[in-house]
Amino acid sequence: MKALYFAWVRERVGTAEEELSPPSTVETVGDLIAWLCERGEGYAHAFDKPAAVRAALDRVHARSDASITGVKEVAFFPPMTGG
Amino acid sequence: MAKVRVQREDFDPGAEAGALAHGRTDIGAVVSFIGYCRDEGGSLAALELEHYPGMAEEEVARAASEAEARWPLLGATVIHRYGRITPGERIVFVAVAAAHRGAAFAAAEMLMDYLKTRAPFWKRAIRSDGAVEGWIESKQEDDRSAARWSAAAD
Repeated sequence: MKALYFAWVRERVGTAEEELSPPSTVETVGDLIAWLCERGEGYAHAFDKPAAVRAALDRVHARSDASITGVKEVAFFPPMTGG
Repeated sequence: MAKVRVQREDFDPGAEAGALAHGRTDIGAVVSFIGYCRDEGGSLAALELEHYPGMAEEEVARAASEAEARWPLLGATVIHRYGRITPGERIVFVAVAAAHRGAAFAAAEMLMDYLKTRAPFWKRAIRSDGAVEGWIESKQEDDRSAARWSAAAD
């Protein structure tokens, strides 16, 4: 699946976009975050306060218990500050 | 069906609001809101607005659909800019048309509340001395404003 990162999540992870192939044991958004945190310090720093990061699955807001099965695009970002 | 635009360039609020009622005889009210880049204390050089292309448009359209399901609207336009925006420049525009003002006022306010808390945009402040201050934090006050609408729907 494609992963996108925005704002300070992007800066901490160190990339705006990448391709992810998590193992089948990674079933939810929360699982994916835990799996990413093991990939390096940048990820661990980005997700050190899980409640401060929002997620979207295929461009729709998703909670941490949402299933990532069949998802093509996952995105992580801080709470929105538009308007 | 709302008109949603996410763009780098400025827009003409008068023309956009006028277009909603142009050629129509059933519209009795158009309520519009313009959000500006505001400088507090004379130290802001610009805001940098980042967005999630694709989702930004879709999320605004979802909010507009919710507003249309809730009030008898006769049209809506939402424009949100991204990129570098300096103090005094327009950032966001919401206009809603309806037969009566009550629905138009309420829908415009709901759209702005949802836009601030759900649409994937992020602001970063650039100071006059060139320093990048960092990402602006979301406000609980905005979450509370947005929550009013879902609470009232239950």
